[in-house]
Amino acid sequence: MKHRQGAGLKLRRIHRQFDGRPVLKHLDLDIAPGEFLAIIGPSGCGKSTLLRLIADLDQPDQGTLDRSEEDVDLAFVFQDPCLLPWRSVIENVALPLELQGVPHHHRMPAAEALLKTVGLEEAQGKFPQQLSGGMKMRVSLARALITRPDLLLLDEPFAALDDITRHHLDDHLQSLWLNHPMTVVFVTHSLSEAVYLADRVILLSAGGGDITLDYKVPLAHPRTPATRVSTPFIDHLRIVSEAFELHARAAE
Amino acid sequence: MKALYQIVWLPPLMSFVLITGLIECSITLMDLPAYLAPRPSAVALALWVHAEELLKATWHTGVAALLGLGMSALLGALLAITLASHPLIRRAFYPYAVFFQTVPIIAIAPMLVIWFGYGQGAVVAASFIVSVFPIIANTLNGLLSTDPALLDLFRIAKASSLHTLFKLRIPGAIPHFLTGLRVASGLAVIGAIVGEFVADSYEDGGGIGTAVEIALKEQRTDLVFAAVLMSSLLGLLIFWLVSGLNQITLRRWHLGEFKDS
Repeated sequence: MKHRQGAGLKLRRIHRQFDGRPVLKHLDLDIAPGEFLAIIGPSGCGKSTLLRLIADLDQPDQGTLDRSEEDVDLAFVFQDPCLLPWRSVIENVALPLELQGVPHHHRMPAAEALLKTVGLEEAQGKFPQQLSGGMKMRVSLARALITRPDLLLLDEPFAALDDITRHHLDDHLQSLWLNHPMTVVFVTHSLSEAVYLADRVILLSAGGGDITLDYKVPLAHPRTPATRVSTPFIDHLRIVSEAFELHARAAE
Repeated sequence: MKALYQIVWLPPLMSFVLITGLIECSITLMDLPAYLAPRPSAVALALWVHAEELLKATWHTGVAALLGLGMSALLGALLAITLASHPLIRRAFYPYAVFFQTVPIIAIAPMLVIWFGYGQGAVVAASFIVSVFPIIANTLNGLLSTDPALLDLFRIAKASSLHTLFKLRIPGAIPHFLTGLRVASGLAVIGAIVGEFVADSYEDGGGIGTAVEIALKEQRTDLVFAAVLMSSLLGLLIFWLVSGLNQITLRRWHLGEFKDS
């Protein structure tokens, strides 16, 4: 049994271009095991590309990407819930285990337990079309976590949801991370979501090469709805927002 | 109480009565001979008098069309899966699949007689040739239009290519396959009837195509139209069967799929 601290990552001089246009330029980044890292940045700064490189869905043109362990079990949550419409909720959650060959009587209880932690035990027999957007996203989260990954990558997962649903899902994600120690890399457009969830927020520059801001958020976990209106939170958010604004104006 | 116009079957029934009434009157008024245009009442009478033969012929054709459609479904789906497996295979063989769509069935039906002999074999083959292309084309389209994000999901889960095929690509292509099957259902009936024109063995009185052929020779236009009417009904029946299959299969996952039909 490997330790359940999560996987660390070391990115060195990562370069990736599409059709001659560089998206990531010689990027260096270290991610500590167990860290919750949020990546923010203007549109087109290469956030999603970076995540796909980490997920091994894409290869860098230059540079190296080292993982702290050989066999990192990773999971990915997309902006779209990406559920299979012909499978019930519980079958969707159990899918990654099924693909690994885990027998039915082992994977179903695991899926059921995870559905309970995201508050969907009642919906396990339903089909994705019968669920709201927020519920689908919770199913997607549960599916990502069923293999107990060392590394969880999320690409603007809650962008399509309304604020209240989004806040609920932030809390679900936070408690999942606290209960299953793992490294989380979270790409988001929302600065307040980044500051609320992450240990560390990095701001990628519009050119994609530089980390314009690397900010540790020294608030203790678990953070609660009360955190969102607390003075320290607002102070941290202000610092990140100002850096973001400054950078956005400089880019113009 | 429902307003009269809201009853589903009433508008088509009214238009039917109106149109057949108009045709009946026009033919009677213009005094057209029966071999040029049979009156609807004569067609109805022919349907009534020859009901037993016509039903037998419809059954005969129906069996052949269903066999042809079944072969199309099975072989069409297998061909589509083969074509979807590699771009090279697709480029090499897809043009031949298009051949099925463009082949003039009436021209090669005599060949079918040479290969299969007179009788049901050739008729089923004609039905298959005419109906297989929509199934290949639609199923292939479904297999190739798998959501790239879902493919990424399977890649991240380190799914084998067999798992990706059976747990993602094929289930995802089922709605497309069923659309192809619906289009093919009408074509299968047409193919069977054309096949009967050329290849029927007149066994058990033959099918609808045979009935039309004989009625034409005897200048019994009323019987021709009666037989054509039966073939339309057969086409509708098979279409309904396939649509029913469609609804049952997709009930779970495309809840919106049949709401508008």
